[in-house]
Amino acid sequence: MNINATLIGQSIAFIVFVWFCKKYVWPPLMGAIEERQKKIADGLAASDRAEKDLELAQQKATEQLKDAKAQAAEIIEQAKKRANQLVDEETQKGHAEREKIIASGYAEIEAERNRAKEDLRKQVAALAVAGAQQILQREIDAQAQNDIVEKLVAEL
Amino acid sequence: MASEYTTSEYIKHHLTNATMCSTDSGIAFNKACADAGFWAWHVDTLAWSVVLGLLFVISFRAVAKKATTGVPGKFQAFVELVLEFVNDNVTSTYHGRSALIAPLALTIFVWVLLMNLMDLVPVDWLPTIAGLIGQHAFDMDPHDVYMKSVPTTDLNTTFALALGVFVLILYYSVKMKGFGGFTKELTMQPFNHWAFIPVNFILETVTLLARPLSLALRLFGNLYASELIFILIATIGLFQLPLHFAWAVFHILVLPLQAFIFMMLTIVYLSLASEDH
Repeated sequence: MNINATLIGQSIAFIVFVWFCKKYVWPPLMGAIEERQKKIADGLAASDRAEKDLELAQQKATEQLKDAKAQAAEIIEQAKKRANQLVDEETQKGHAEREKIIASGYAEIEAERNRAKEDLRKQVAALAVAGAQQILQREIDAQAQNDIVEKLVAEL
Repeated sequence: MASEYTTSEYIKHHLTNATMCSTDSGIAFNKACADAGFWAWHVDTLAWSVVLGLLFVISFRAVAKKATTGVPGKFQAFVELVLEFVNDNVTSTYHGRSALIAPLALTIFVWVLLMNLMDLVPVDWLPTIAGLIGQHAFDMDPHDVYMKSVPTTDLNTTFALALGVFVLILYYSVKMKGFGGFTKELTMQPFNHWAFIPVNFILETVTLLARPLSLALRLFGNLYASELIFILIATIGLFQLPLHFAWAVFHILVLPLQAFIFMMLTIVYLSLASEDH
């Protein structure tokens, strides 16, 4: 229990251990710890960034989806309008065609009737002339009496 | 073992270091060294402290060599835990920049802790083994073979540590404040007047010397007392089992605490030494 040369031995041991620890133990271990701390900090920052990026991307996707939906709705609307327009146009065209066909039919019928009327009138005139000839029993100068016939025809 | 001795012989045997010295007739041991004076060596203290110190530096060096910055292994994680614990204490107390303080604190903490932990080895084991080896290998009387396995119950160990710290206190004082500043601190405090220089010098010198002295004696006193009580418990027969258990459990707290106090006070003293008031 007394102080003796052991003190010297222990002091030397103490100095050697501290020196060894300072030179060969502390720096590499502390370096590794600090390096890892940096790595972890970097990793956390990166994950934060990634999270933000993801949020941004999701926002963008939602926006684009909304845009696309709006566009699609617009296109459908336009197509419907165009279809209605086409139907209207075609209907109108059809109507016009019908009117035209009907009108031309009427005109043809009218012309036919006029022609028939004319024929009939001519035939009646000829018949009247023939009748008058027979009544008069003589030849009437068709040329001379033409004005009378004309008058007769006009009266029919 | 107690049956072979009287109780006081038993206690005395357990509290005696294995001593070695060189006499006129060559190297002598134990009782032959009673008159050796200063030049005697406590070989058990030296051997155990060196073995434990080597255990510390070799295991920590092994971890440091293959320290990975990625996922650490279990032992590396443990070593890093100790390192960070010491580093936190150093950085929160010592505000200067020094590459020495932290490794010094780590060495003190782990080494003192390992030496303290020898206290938990049952008190008869190592002396008995040493006695058997002495008896059979060297044909000695086992009563003359001593083995005190807790190096911190030896004043030489605690004083060696405190002396190292004291030298560093002086070194940092002179380095940070200059020789003049250090002298001024010793002579112009606490009474800043030339007439008080002798009084100041006495007061400050006592303060300065009290630091290593209290460091050494606190550690020694705690460990010596606890070792003594372990030995006393070992003398009381069957009841020693629960008592020994209780005392050992208590020392799971005390032993690291003493190592921590020694480390912490070292840091505090060095930070006081390197700060201007």
